Amino acid sequence: MTTTADSAPVKRRVRTGEGWGSYFSGGVIVLWCLLPFYWMMVVAFRDVSQTFNTTPWPTHLTLDNFVAALNTSGGNNLLRAVGNSLLVSAITTGIAVLLGVTVSYALARLNFKGKGFITGIILAASMFPGVALVTPLFQLFTDAGWIGTYQALIVPNISFALPLTIYTLTAFLHDLPWELEEAARVDGATRGQAFMKVILPLAAPAVFTTAILAFIATWNEYLLASQLSRPNVEPVTVAIARFAGDNPYIQPYAAIMAAGTIVTVPLVIMVLIFQRRIVAGLTAGGVKS
Amino acid sequence: MASITFDRVTLQYPGAERPSVSDLSLHIDDGEFLVLVGPSGCGKSTTLRMLAGLEQVSEGSILIDDTDVTEKDPKDRDIAMVFQNYALYPHMTVAENMGFALKLAKKPKAEIRERVEEAAELLDLTEFLDRKPKALSGGQRQRVAMGRAIVRSPQVFCMDEPLSNLDAKLRVQTRSHIAGLQRRLGVTTVYVTHDQVEAMTMGDRVAVLDKGELQQVDTPRVLYSRPANVFVAGFVGSPAMNLVETEADAQGRVSLGGIALEGRTVEPGQRVTVGVRPEHLRPAAEDGIEVEVDLVEELGSDAYVYGTADLEGSPLVVARAVGDEIPEKGSRLRLSAEADLLHLFDTDSGLRID
Ligand SMILES: Nc1ncnc2c1ncn2[C@@H]1O[C@H](COP(=O)(O)OP(=O)(O)OP(=O)(O)O)[C@@H](O)[C@H]1O
Ligand SMILES: [Mg+2]
Repeated sequence: MTTTADSAPVKRRVRTGEGWGSYFSGGVIVLWCLLPFYWMMVVAFRDVSQTFNTTPWPTHLTLDNFVAALNTSGGNNLLRAVGNSLLVSAITTGIAVLLGVTVSYALARLNFKGKGFITGIILAASMFPGVALVTPLFQLFTDAGWIGTYQALIVPNISFALPLTIYTLTAFLHDLPWELEEAARVDGATRGQAFMKVILPLAAPAVFTTAILAFIATWNEYLLASQLSRPNVEPVTVAIARFAGDNPYIQPYAAIMAAGTIVTVPLVIMVLIFQRRIVAGLTAGGVKS
Repeated sequence: MASITFDRVTLQYPGAERPSVSDLSLHIDDGEFLVLVGPSGCGKSTTLRMLAGLEQVSEGSILIDDTDVTEKDPKDRDIAMVFQNYALYPHMTVAENMGFALKLAKKPKAEIRERVEEAAELLDLTEFLDRKPKALSGGQRQRVAMGRAIVRSPQVFCMDEPLSNLDAKLRVQTRSHIAGLQRRLGVTTVYVTHDQVEAMTMGDRVAVLDKGELQQVDTPRVLYSRPANVFVAGFVGSPAMNLVETEADAQGRVSLGGIALEGRTVEPGQRVTVGVRPEHLRPAAEDGIEVEVDLVEELGSDAYVYGTADLEGSPLVVARAVGDEIPEKGSRLRLSAEADLLHLFDTDSGLRID
């Protein structure tokens, strides 16, 4: 574990021998991943009349599409949807990470009967196809009067996010040197204090990583939200899918692209903020001090 | 300051077929430096971890002074532990590592700083106080681990092979440093090692464990001169004591290669093991054990001769060569020892016979 932010002024060694090959393959991967996103932006910033123009670089620049995307007169309310998505994703992530940390601590650290069984159940839950849940959940939430509420989105999303958080965190916690916890306990800490003051700080990169992954997964969830939400609580995925233009017979592609761009921005900003942490988390455990 | 008592302590890990430590009774005096030594897997760490409260005792009880701590949490035992790979908190600086226990004990900041600086000075760590552990060398980390323990002025120090990650030279230096520090602080210390040289040089008393059972506990001198059984005889001393099995004659007398063990009679025909240390074997003109030299190991100051003895079962023996008379490989020589320096054990029970 040498990955947490550290003030030691160690300069990254410049790699020499790896040359153009790695840049080339890196470039291909970046292009492959970013091209759809790029095209979304190009169309979003292009005049509506030119939506099907295939010039590969930005032309006919305009902000009209964004105005259209944010316009609420046609029954759309993108900003409200962004707010809903933020709310649902943040609460889901918070609860899933909190539960995930405690469950993975137990799985990684404690020996108890039925541990293998529980691990198996969690894995099985993550393999269960979400689409099979739509109908039962719809009925359940109708009976409970939950359709169109935030909890109808948050609760299922938590159960989707949990296996992911538990798996990543368990793997990470398992690799932490537990002698540190023992050292802390001998130093006078309770189990709880040892966890909070020693284990959790060391697990922070992994916790951030799982939080981000859970957040993105929830942010992008569409299937359940499309069935269980109503316009006032609908997240961005549903809002964009339902996006209506002035003319009901023409799909407002350009405005949809603008909406997509707006929706992606919070994610990108968040990832950029936490990028250091994420990369640290993804590679942690590989290097042991 | 505190004395420690293990009272018939047994620990069996869940799922293990036999206890890792069985029926251990041991009293350690206030201020004593006790070394636990034994081969790998004999239960040294387990014993130490029970004392620290990191393992649950299955049977028996552990007392610190006269308080039964068997069921107490580690945090309530006032014990400081030095782990084999130091277990320094990687996200804290050296100063924070050393002050962690005091911080948990809610001591005022000024006092923490003062005590940390004092300990740092003692251990020559002052210039590293603001560094993280990963920016330290192995020896420095070891000192931080020591510092973390002494800052607390605990009742008891527990050390689990604290020197095993250091190179040979540093180990010797640190060995005397730790022993000196302990004497100065006067804190009761239990020190685990598998290195018998460490055990003999550091301990006020040494407890030898084998297969979870206490074999003997005494001063290094007594362990060396009067091992209680064959195991201790073979474990203490380097190179190990020569142990030769033989049989008493019809009068119950024992002799080895013509050296009679006067005054120690056993049952007629009893199987016994005779032990003689390599450094007690001397070249002899006649009598003694005849040995064919297989190998000579020169260590500069000493030379050790490894050979096969002309005795029942052709046992291998080791002897220290004296002076400049270093025998050739393949040559034959006679070795003898003073009868007083021979050790006698019952082969079946392994126990010493006096
Ligand atoms: N958690 C555990 N569960 C089951 N058995 C264990 C556990 N820890 C240790 N043991 C067993 O208990 C015995 C004693 O182990 P211990 O760690 O005390 O040995 P040790 O004397 O410290 O050896 P070493 O010098 O190799 O560190 C060993 O046989 C070991 O296999
Ligand atoms: Mg050990």
